Amino acid sequence: MIRLEKRKEPSKFWRIANPFLAVALTMFAGGVMFAMLGKDPIVAIRLIFFDPIFSETFASYSRPQLLIKSAPLILIAVGLAIGFKANVWNIGAEGQYIIGALFGAGVALAFFPAPGWYVFPLMVLAGALGGFLWAMIPAILKTRFNTNEILVSLLLVYVAERILAAMALGLMRNPDQPGFPGSRDLRRYEAAHNAELIANTGMHWGVVAAIIAVIFAYVMMTRHMLGFHVQLAGQAPRAARFGGVAPARLVVVCLGIAGALAGLAGMFEVSGPGGQVRIEFASGYGFTAIIVAFLGRLNPLGIVLAGFLLGLTYIGGELGQMMLQLPGAAIQVFQGMLLFFLLALDFQTNYRIRLTQGMRA
Amino acid sequence: MILGSINPAVLLAALMVAATPILLAAIGELVVEKAGVLNLGVEGMMIMGACVGFIVAVNTGSPIIGFFGAALGGVALSLLFALLTQALMTNQVASGLALTLFGLGLTALLGQRYVGITPPRTPKLDLGPLSDIPFLGRALFTHDIVVYLTIALVGAVWWFLKYSRAGMILRAVGENHDAAHALGYHVKRVRVLAIMFGGACAGLGGAYLSLIRVPQWTEGMTVGAGWIALALVVFASWRPWRAMAGAYLFGGVVVLQLNLQAAGVRIPVEYLSMSPYLITILVLVIISSGKGRSLNAPGSLNKPFHASS
Repeated sequence: MIRLEKRKEPSKFWRIANPFLAVALTMFAGGVMFAMLGKDPIVAIRLIFFDPIFSETFASYSRPQLLIKSAPLILIAVGLAIGFKANVWNIGAEGQYIIGALFGAGVALAFFPAPGWYVFPLMVLAGALGGFLWAMIPAILKTRFNTNEILVSLLLVYVAERILAAMALGLMRNPDQPGFPGSRDLRRYEAAHNAELIANTGMHWGVVAAIIAVIFAYVMMTRHMLGFHVQLAGQAPRAARFGGVAPARLVVVCLGIAGALAGLAGMFEVSGPGGQVRIEFASGYGFTAIIVAFLGRLNPLGIVLAGFLLGLTYIGGELGQMMLQLPGAAIQVFQGMLLFFLLALDFQTNYRIRLTQGMRA
Repeated sequence: MILGSINPAVLLAALMVAATPILLAAIGELVVEKAGVLNLGVEGMMIMGACVGFIVAVNTGSPIIGFFGAALGGVALSLLFALLTQALMTNQVASGLALTLFGLGLTALLGQRYVGITPPRTPKLDLGPLSDIPFLGRALFTHDIVVYLTIALVGAVWWFLKYSRAGMILRAVGENHDAAHALGYHVKRVRVLAIMFGGACAGLGGAYLSLIRVPQWTEGMTVGAGWIALALVVFASWRPWRAMAGAYLFGGVVVLQLNLQAAGVRIPVEYLSMSPYLITILVLVIISSGKGRSLNAPGSLNKPFHASS
C-alpha cells in the first residue's frame, strides 16, 4: 500500500529541487508534444532553451532580448509574490501593467514635443501610479465590501484591455498619421524614450528597476516588520490578527506594491521595447509572471532565475515560430505545463510517501 | 429614438442565448463549490470545450456529437485538476489558474487549423404552434434544444442538491469534510465526481459559444466568460435558480450593449463592450457587502482535505 503522510515541516530539499525537476519534466513532456506536432523534439527543445543564448546565428539578436523579456516578468512577479505569501491573490497584473503603460505614455504624449530631463521621471511616477490605482480597485472593494479580489482583479484585465483599445484608436492616436491605429512612437521622442543604457545588451531602465525591486523585496521580506507580517498572515491568519496585523492594511499594501510594480513594467515597455500604445500591446506578461512567482518559490532571488527561464521561453518561442513554424501557442502550453508539474511535484515537499506492508490502510 | 429600433421580443430571445453558456458553466461550478472545492479553471475548461466541441462537430458533421466531445474535453481537463488537488493536495487557487493558462494555450494549439471554418448548424427546436404565440413565441420558443436543456439542468441540480440523498452527502462534504469523513462518506470520491461534473458543464458551455452563439472558433474566444461564471456562483449565493436569474440578467446586459453598438449610439464600442465586466464587478460588490458574513458559502470551500488516519 502507498500512503501519504503529512510532514511536520515542509522539506527544504524538495522546495529547492522541485523547480529544477519541473523544468526537466516540462522539457520532456514538451518534447513529446513537439514530436506529436511532427517536429524533431531535440531540435525544438534546443532551439527554445539553448540557441537563444549559445547559438552563433541567433545570439546577437536574442541575448539582449533576454533582459528585455525577463525584466518585466521579474518586476511583476516580485510584487505578486509578496501578495501570494500573504494569501492576497492578485491575478490581474496584466491589467495593472496596461494601465501603467497608458499613464506613462499619457504623460509623454502630453509633453510632446517638449525636450526636458523631467519628462521621463514623470513618466516613471505616472506608470507606477497608474498600476497602483488600478490595483486599488480590488483592494478597496476587498477591504470595504469584502469582495473577492481574485475575481475583481481578473475581470479588470478585460476592462483594461478595452481601455487600451479605446486609447489606441481614440485619445492617444497619433495625430500625424490618423489613418493608423496606435499612438506616436515614443522611441522617436527623445525625452520619453526608455533607451538602451549600454548598447546591444538589452539593458534599459526597466532592468534597473527590476534589480532595485528584487533587492527591496528581499530586504523587506527578510529584515522588515512588514515582511514578517506578510508571512505571518499567510501562514497563520489567526495568530496574525492576535499579533496586531491589520488584515485590511495588508491587502492594500500587497495589492498596492504589486500594482505599482506592474504599472512600472508596463511603462518601461511602452516607452522602450514596445514603443507605442497599440491594441496588441499587452503580451501576457502579467499572467506569465504568476508562473514566474511560483517557480521562483515566491522568493525574490528565485524569481530572478525563474524570470530568466520564462523570458528565455518567450525568445525561444519566437525562434521556434521562425525556424520550425511552431505555432506561437506552443509556448503557452509549455508555460502551463511548467506550473502543473511544479504544483504536482510539491506534494513531496509537504507529504512523505510511505510504502506500508500488508492491508493496514 | 435609437432605443425604439430594438425589438423587445428579439432582445429577450437573444438574452436567453447569451446567458446559456455562462449559465452552463456556472451551474457546474456551483456543484463543485457545494462539494467544497474551488476550481478557478472554469475559463480553461470552457475554452477546452469550445475547441474540442468545434473540432469534433466539424469532423463528424454533427453538433450533437460535438457537444459530447466538448463535455469529454472539459472532463479531461477537470480530471487533471482533480488529480492535483485531491490526490496531490495542491493549492486549489494555483491549480485552477494553471488549468486556465494551460487550457488557453492548448486550445490555441489544437484549434489552429480550424480558424475561419463554419461549424455545422445546430437546428432550432420545432415547437410547433408555441412559437406562433405573439411576442412570447418569438422570445421563448424559437431556440435550439440546448437552451431548454440548460434550464432543465438547473432544475435537476436544484432538486439533486435539495432532495436527493447523494445531494445531501455532497453538501455535507462541502460544509464540513471532517464530519462527513467521520460519518463514513468518501470525501475525495464525492469531490472528484463533482469536479468532473463541473468540467463537463463548463465544456458544454464553451461548445455553446463556438457551435451556436458565435458560431466559429477563434483563439481565446471565451474572453472571460468562465470568470464571469465564477462570479455568478457567488452572486447566486450558491443557489441554482438564483444562478439562472443572474445569468439572464448578465445576458441582458450583453445583448443590450450589443444592440446599442448596432444602433450606433455615440459611445465608442470599446466602452460599451466593457460594461458586462463592470456590471459583474458591481453585482459582486453589492452581494458581498449586503449581508456581511452570511454569504452562504460552503463551510469547507477551498480547504484541503487529508484523512489523517
